Amino acid sequence: MMRKVAVIGAGMTLFRRRLLETGKELSFLATKMAMEDCELEKKDIDMVVMGSAPDAFDGIHMKGENLLDGAAATNKPYVRVFNGGGTGVFAPIAGWWHVASGVADICLVVCEEKMSSCFPHPQTAFQHIWDPIIDRPLHPNLVWLFAMEMNRYMTVYNIKKEDIARVAVKNKRNAVGHPCAQLPDEKITIDDVLNSEVMAWPVQRLDISPPSDGASALILCSEEKVKQFSQDQIWIDGVGWNIDSTMWTNRDLYFPRYVANAAKMAYKMARIQDPREEIDFAEPYDPFDYKELHHMEGLLLCDKGEAPILTREGVTQRDGDLPICPSGGLLGVGNPIAATMGQKVCELYWQLSGNAGKRQIPTDPQVGVGQAWGDIMQMGTVIVLRRG
Amino acid sequence: MTRKVAVIGIGHTNFNSMTPDVSWKEFMFEACQKAYMDAGINPREDIDSFITCAEDYYEGFSIFDEFVPDQIGAVLRPCCTVCGDGLYGLGNAYMQIMTGQFDIVAVEAHSKISDILTFGDIVLHAYDPLFEKPIAGSVERQKYIGSPSYNKESPKPLVGKTKEKGRIHPYFLAGLEMQHYLAKTGTTEEQCAMIVVKNKKNAFNNPYAKYEANISVEDIMESEYLFKPVKKLDVSPNVDGAISFVLASDEAIQKLDVEPIWFKGFGWSSESPWLSSKSMDANYATMASNMAYKMADIKNPKKEIDIAEIDDRFSYKELQHLEALGLANEGEAAKLLENGSLDLKGSLPTNTSGGSLGIGNCFEATGLQKALEIIIQLRGHAGKRQVSDAETGIAQSWRGIPTRSGAVGIFGR
Amino acid sequence: MKLEVMTIKKEAYPKYAPGTHVSNKDIINNNITYSWWEPEVQYSWSLGPAYSRFLQELKKGRIIGRTCKKCNRVIVPPRMFCEYCYKPTDDWIYLKDTGTIETYSISYLDPNAKRIKDPILIGVISIDGASPQHGFMHYFNEMKSEEIYIGMKVKAMWKPENERTGSITDIKYFKPLKGGER
Repeated sequence: MMRKVAVIGAGMTLFRRRLLETGKELSFLATKMAMEDCELEKKDIDMVVMGSAPDAFDGIHMKGENLLDGAAATNKPYVRVFNGGGTGVFAPIAGWWHVASGVADICLVVCEEKMSSCFPHPQTAFQHIWDPIIDRPLHPNLVWLFAMEMNRYMTVYNIKKEDIARVAVKNKRNAVGHPCAQLPDEKITIDDVLNSEVMAWPVQRLDISPPSDGASALILCSEEKVKQFSQDQIWIDGVGWNIDSTMWTNRDLYFPRYVANAAKMAYKMARIQDPREEIDFAEPYDPFDYKELHHMEGLLLCDKGEAPILTREGVTQRDGDLPICPSGGLLGVGNPIAATMGQKVCELYWQLSGNAGKRQIPTDPQVGVGQAWGDIMQMGTVIVLRRG
Repeated sequence: MTRKVAVIGIGHTNFNSMTPDVSWKEFMFEACQKAYMDAGINPREDIDSFITCAEDYYEGFSIFDEFVPDQIGAVLRPCCTVCGDGLYGLGNAYMQIMTGQFDIVAVEAHSKISDILTFGDIVLHAYDPLFEKPIAGSVERQKYIGSPSYNKESPKPLVGKTKEKGRIHPYFLAGLEMQHYLAKTGTTEEQCAMIVVKNKKNAFNNPYAKYEANISVEDIMESEYLFKPVKKLDVSPNVDGAISFVLASDEAIQKLDVEPIWFKGFGWSSESPWLSSKSMDANYATMASNMAYKMADIKNPKKEIDIAEIDDRFSYKELQHLEALGLANEGEAAKLLENGSLDLKGSLPTNTSGGSLGIGNCFEATGLQKALEIIIQLRGHAGKRQVSDAETGIAQSWRGIPTRSGAVGIFGR
Repeated sequence: MKLEVMTIKKEAYPKYAPGTHVSNKDIINNNITYSWWEPEVQYSWSLGPAYSRFLQELKKGRIIGRTCKKCNRVIVPPRMFCEYCYKPTDDWIYLKDTGTIETYSISYLDPNAKRIKDPILIGVISIDGASPQHGFMHYFNEMKSEEIYIGMKVKAMWKPENERTGSITDIKYFKPLKGGER
């Protein structure tokens, strides 16, 4: 019998293009907020998991070691996991297995990102994600990769750009009222997105989420101890992760099968048979607006090619039938790669416990799904939270 | 009903100072294939989860996780990267199996350090940027070509603004620590040299070790000082190598025809990363071993541990770790060395494989190399270096300069 | 199935957003203290047998792949093991230097993220002779951005023999395959 794991606290810092605080201080601020939430002290925490994306941003090799004091991990068992962009949801999964295995009772999960340290622009660190022999001599830009995937997705299903731009509008509007949001915009329209400058067709400037600094934290607890903390018990019901082949030029990019595999693994654990019916809301990863649609289909929340139709019909709005990215997602709140745990998992926790304030979904959600994507169109990580 | 976890397959490549004939992909493939054959499983069907232990800068990519799945058999399977030593990977695999959701998990770690041209600078890059990097060396501001926002009016750095180009090699930290250890325990440099002699001699009996040597204490004492008191032969040389392990739950083992070596306990811990408030003792090893002993139900490690593989990247580290792990009384590890307890026929054979001094420093794969030796010994396959009647073994590793983190694994028959 | 709509009056999380926002100007005007470091990070990766042969053949003006008999694939870029069957691949096989565009992008950013007026055309080409959708990324040229489409047939434009160095850039770009051309 698997030991059940609950979420008892969450915290998040401001997300901005550049923050004054160092990586250690950001980890500290997020951890402090999460610990205040459940009234714990450092001595109560058994083990710590850190999630943080490329070392090249912070400019410190083995940066997990450098950040550990801010993450309350001094003199404690501490490990860093790293799956590119998927870390935001993978770090809580690693925290889950720390508790579900019986090795820890209370586990702190911290995700931190400090992209602004990389000079002149964090983009330059992305030059090194490409294969050094086949791809790098062509000097590719990261935006090209997304543009190629977006083109393939749009061509296979014959999707119009307006439907994709609709996602950017929805998320940036959803982000209004989120205290940490970097780019909330109440007045943005589809035309604004369609008229923004073309970076690499079909990607335009307002299709992209910004690089950010930030940190977020989550505290997980075993079922034996959870009653001390709250009445509402928010359980991690299912986890899944999956990775596809490195050779992205040998795959058809229109459907993220690695997300589908990860989702199936998580749904099986959560005993969900009909995701569209049983899941109340979702936070798929949206670094680009088309990614939200791509991942909605990957999460099996709709049929292939159906995601833009659902968006057009308003189903994915906060007051719709299947709210998607009620937090404002990465497009609205910011994209500090690993720290997007704040929008993808902490948001699920806040929504399910009814504490999301202005962002609260009006129907009484019971089950939420969070997903992150990472590496070179490769990694899918999925987590299912349930109020129980 | 608590599950139990065992090691059912091990595989490794040769350890060489350079491997120009293979890329990291073929290297990992070789180690993983051998492990899967050893365990008698098909990775595309039987393995539930894969874990790699790697650090970006050691590999040379921004996200090394991307370049992992194909060669370890993890395409379209759950696979992840842990930024840590091989023993961290084993510990995480253990936890995955104990959740009850996974039955067989593969762990891989490798070192392809020969691909790095500027090794010292990369280790220096791990130092804290605000307080430690500047003392390790100064920076001459160079022209940054191709940057769209660079111009002459850009702000000048306020720290480290001198013109000298020289930077100190980051291993100076080992010199500071050794100085402290020798002063605290009264151990002498000659005694540390004896560790080098022992390990390099042990390496002769290890077919995959590459730095075996029949040298004497005098040879070592005459070698040049690099960071006094650390001498050239006190430092283990860099080496390439890949190792893979397969772990399984006791239920899965019943269906396979393998001889399991039980993974009884593990632990890891990190001390404060600040250079100014680090203890110069190996407290991380003490904390990690406490966690591991508790899990493995070991109350008297000196009596219950039969064989040890201890991190000996620098010669004094082996003595320091022995004391930290409770296998020697404080300050007395050198005595154990001198009365022969650490030799092959002694009461606590240590680093029978040759350790990092005899095999080479394989960075993130070090933990798995230590565990590899323990498994080989417990299986009785160690040939000339076999320890008789070994029942329980301990493998310990440290994450290297400048970290204060380490992990411990305990295996038994 | 809609659930009952409930008004939940609870606290709004996150309750506050800690962190101090600073901008690029703060750095340029020296309003904040910072420290600067440039690491010397250089690598020389061993290519291994598969990529070595691939690049040697590119220098000779040919594209080569590997076959896996078990899953019946012809793989390019070549590798020594098949990632689906998890076994070594079997033989070398020469492929054509023509292919089909699988996806593309029209970029107004150059590799350093600077804006450019004349766009760069980049995309993924699946190589004729290899399994479907097996190929690599490269530039396109000798076509206008309005003309490019998914499914277009293209041919490699090689550098002159004395300029080839054994790199993917020995192919300058891919250009449209004219009717009747091989």
